[in-house]
Amino acid sequence: MNMMAPTPAWGDMILPDRVRGTLYRDPAIFELELEKIWYRTWVYVGHESEIPNAHDYVLKSIGLQPIIMSRGGDGQVHLLLNRCTHRGNQVCPKEKGNSPMHTCPFHAWNFGSDGKLLGYAFPEGYEGLDKSKHGLGRVPRVASYRGFVFGSFATEGPSLEEHLGGAAETIDRLCDNAPQGEIEITAGFLKHRVKANWKFILENETDGYHPAFVHSSIFSVADSAIGGLYGAKSTALTRDYGNGHTELDLRPEFRKRDALLSWFGTTPEKLPDYVSRMNAAYGEKKAREIMIDGTPHVMIFPNLFIAEIQMFVIQPLGVNDSVQHVTALQFKGAPDLNRRMRQQTMGSVGPAGFLLADDSEMYERTQRGMEAHDTDWVFLGRGEHRERRDDDGFLVAHATDEVPSRGIWKHYRSLMEQP
Amino acid sequence: MLATRADSELMHDVEQFLFHEARLADEHRYEEWEELWTDDAIYWVPANGADIDPEKEMSIIYDNRSRIGLRVRQLLSGKRYTQDPRSSLRRIIGNIELLGREGDDIRVGANSLVFESSARGETLWGSRNEYTLRRAGDGFKLARKKVALVNNDRAIYTMSFII
Repeated sequence: MNMMAPTPAWGDMILPDRVRGTLYRDPAIFELELEKIWYRTWVYVGHESEIPNAHDYVLKSIGLQPIIMSRGGDGQVHLLLNRCTHRGNQVCPKEKGNSPMHTCPFHAWNFGSDGKLLGYAFPEGYEGLDKSKHGLGRVPRVASYRGFVFGSFATEGPSLEEHLGGAAETIDRLCDNAPQGEIEITAGFLKHRVKANWKFILENETDGYHPAFVHSSIFSVADSAIGGLYGAKSTALTRDYGNGHTELDLRPEFRKRDALLSWFGTTPEKLPDYVSRMNAAYGEKKAREIMIDGTPHVMIFPNLFIAEIQMFVIQPLGVNDSVQHVTALQFKGAPDLNRRMRQQTMGSVGPAGFLLADDSEMYERTQRGMEAHDTDWVFLGRGEHRERRDDDGFLVAHATDEVPSRGIWKHYRSLMEQP
Repeated sequence: MLATRADSELMHDVEQFLFHEARLADEHRYEEWEELWTDDAIYWVPANGADIDPEKEMSIIYDNRSRIGLRVRQLLSGKRYTQDPRSSLRRIIGNIELLGREGDDIRVGANSLVFESSARGETLWGSRNEYTLRRAGDGFKLARKKVALVNNDRAIYTMSFII
């Protein structure tokens, strides 16, 4: 970024009910987003269950930066920069594995699973090199919430709990659906690339206006009860938790149905093992409430989307280049439910998915639409007249209203205006 | 290795079947394509390698016969926007080998290269394919098709046509 360039006038580009197309189109804006969002705020990186044992590692990213998520010998999770402190070579080329040591192939510097420099070739060539100052770079703040690991490149700032705010409860709600209270990420990821800005994905995840149209093809041919959740008469809600976190709260519809596992389009008869484990874990009354409400549909800013049965991680590659990493959520202690979650997820998402192939088509078409500059506004005013506060003080409105987009942009503006 | 005359005739019939299947897919002739499949069919496009366990790990496509039908009905609905307008496609199926026989089933291996043109741009899809063909009357039915994309461990664009 040219330091002499004038600071963009964010207030001219982001109004409460509309934003400028240039925000999705301008490479200079994208560079600023890396600096002020991706390399500053809490960003979701991975799940603890992906590295269950000491010295397990998996390659991840924050913004454009390559990260090794590694479990040290003492069990602690580290977010290490995948770059040798000697001359910058990529230290770890394998997607995942288990190793107490990462040896850089360039000049054989080697690092522990905690990132510490252990040694290097031909040590007599260095005099008095302080190994403790040449460990792998690391994401300075690492924190985990119910197994979900986040990193922040800011050495100071709000804690992860403060960042999650009211949205933390949605992760609790998700974990409650597991008989053992834990989520596991074990099914591998589909990686779906789109020629579109990452914010189109971010906003679409809690947009309840599009499913009736973008997904009408699958709703019309499959025996699906999803379509009704997003109709004009739906009692479901859109919610803005603040800090950019947004939700499509489908519980009002599921509570009206008052049927166990209706949220998942199935019945207790089809998943008897799961139901009995839930009853044993929580007692019948509480288990019944959980199995009626189901799992959340929540977008944790800027990149973690929990969509009932699956999880997406948004990775930005460029102003019009993004990847959606997606996998089926797996509930600890629920083998019969997990199998169904994988089957449904495989049908719905990824490059050939019944749902996501059409969503991604819209992302790419909207990106192309942004090239028309004449009237450069994206209009986000749906439902402004019927916004209200829920019992917890969060802004809510109808399932098809654009409360989530307005909440995301309000938070985005506050981040971009920070020095 | 010398093939018998019977193998040569079988090979010819197998090739003609694969070329026909390829043309139906290229030309979006979904109903005719669907008719190729047996009732116990599996249409499988793995992710993250060619040898994953599709019962435990995510695949790009892992369709049984009923889900193949759903996929076709969605494509025919007129609202499958990712294929409306349709991708223009042509593919080459080559390096065809007979891999084995079990009863009425014939296992076949091949390489495939698909050229796709769409509003997003031009995309090449290279894969190793494995087919299980089953004798049915004078011809074959398709019992299993596995498409192991060369780049299935990386981020790939939308692939909503018949691969």
